[in-house]
Amino acid sequence: MAEIRFEGAGVTVGERTILAPTDLVLRERRIAVIGGNGSGKSTLARLINGLVEPSVGHVLVDGLDTVRQGALVRRTVGFCFTDPSAQLVMPTCVEDVELSLRERIRDRTERRAAALATLARYGLEDRADVSVHALSGGQRQLLALAGVLAVEPDVLVADEPTTLLDLANTRRTGDLLLSLPQQLVLVTHDLDLAARCDRVLVVEDARIRYDGPAAEAVADYVGSIAEGSRER
Amino acid sequence: MSYLDGLGVYRPGDSLLHRAPVGPKLLGLVVASIALVVVRGPASAVAFLLGGLALAAIARIPLLRVLRALRSLLLLALAVAALQWWSSGLARAVESLLDLLTLGLLGLTLSHTTAVTDMLDAFVRWITPLRRLGVDPERVALTVGLAIQSLPATLTLALETRDAARARGLRTPRAYLTPFVIRVVARAHETGDALHARGIGDD
Repeated sequence: MAEIRFEGAGVTVGERTILAPTDLVLRERRIAVIGGNGSGKSTLARLINGLVEPSVGHVLVDGLDTVRQGALVRRTVGFCFTDPSAQLVMPTCVEDVELSLRERIRDRTERRAAALATLARYGLEDRADVSVHALSGGQRQLLALAGVLAVEPDVLVADEPTTLLDLANTRRTGDLLLSLPQQLVLVTHDLDLAARCDRVLVVEDARIRYDGPAAEAVADYVGSIAEGSRER
Repeated sequence: MSYLDGLGVYRPGDSLLHRAPVGPKLLGLVVASIALVVVRGPASAVAFLLGGLALAAIARIPLLRVLRALRSLLLLALAVAALQWWSSGLARAVESLLDLLTLGLLGLTLSHTTAVTDMLDAFVRWITPLRRLGVDPERVALTVGLAIQSLPATLTLALETRDAARARGLRTPRAYLTPFVIRVVARAHETGDALHARGIGDD
């Protein structure tokens, strides 16, 4: 497993603290990040591949600094967004996967074959020449994942990948994510999914409120909501 | 999403035009477009339209798809023709109408028979000599690809915002134009993030 290390990494925008300086070492295979809307979960996830740069401190992936060695870090860390539509940039499914592979495979025939093989791996082989706009929500998220995983990153960061999906697709996508050989950092509101991870971080008000085994962390998060509603 | 069907999306096939290399096809489109504008008169316009239809037939584009694609263009072409009729007479109006339809038909034929990836590869080959002038071919090709892709994506956003405004009973253009523009910009940011995350365009 790769080692993701936060060294006093924090993000502020103007006066507002999005994430307080945080120290973390993530080595587990499956890590979930849970917490309320606007708590700082997404920012924490985006720090890992350098999409957001820390205002203070550093974030390192296998010793590579996400700011100074951003391009290298992004080759190691794949990222999956909530809304796959924003992530799919080519007209048809196979072309979108080919876009990911452009840099690795120069030969066109080889590249297409590799892209088709990737689609087949995720059960999308019959959709190769279909417009990405004609896919169902579940297939679109699957394709987005295929595009990211085609380049075989060591780490996959997924920011609420199942939030827009129905129950069946949530299960399918969740099962796929948890079965990947990659190290997974999963930001989610799906507590069942979080409970299946090896380690769970609970984020609240721009800091990590709880960090530990899944069952305890989920219980802490649920407890914190009950506490909050009593105070109100 | 049937309303997106008319927009040029590649359909694999083995017609003569599918197998033709990208360069001649694109060059042919450029030459034909210029010829269309330069050669005057309704008779030649009819000839060009027949030529365009013949090419579409060679590419084996389903008739329904042709009609659907030309339907939206027809509105624009009719408006232009009406204006031409009023300003320069019937002959010019017929010529403009037919010329615009022929251009649409040729464009559809090209995108129906040519995968965007192949076009991008061709672009990269053609502009590679410019590398010495500081042009990054991959980046130019990606820009072209994004521009092609942004058409259906933007259309979807436009229809969604219009529906949202309607659902709230709002009829003024501002009620859908403002959120539409904001969403297009937001989408552009998201796409930028996604490209960045996929390591595309990283130096």
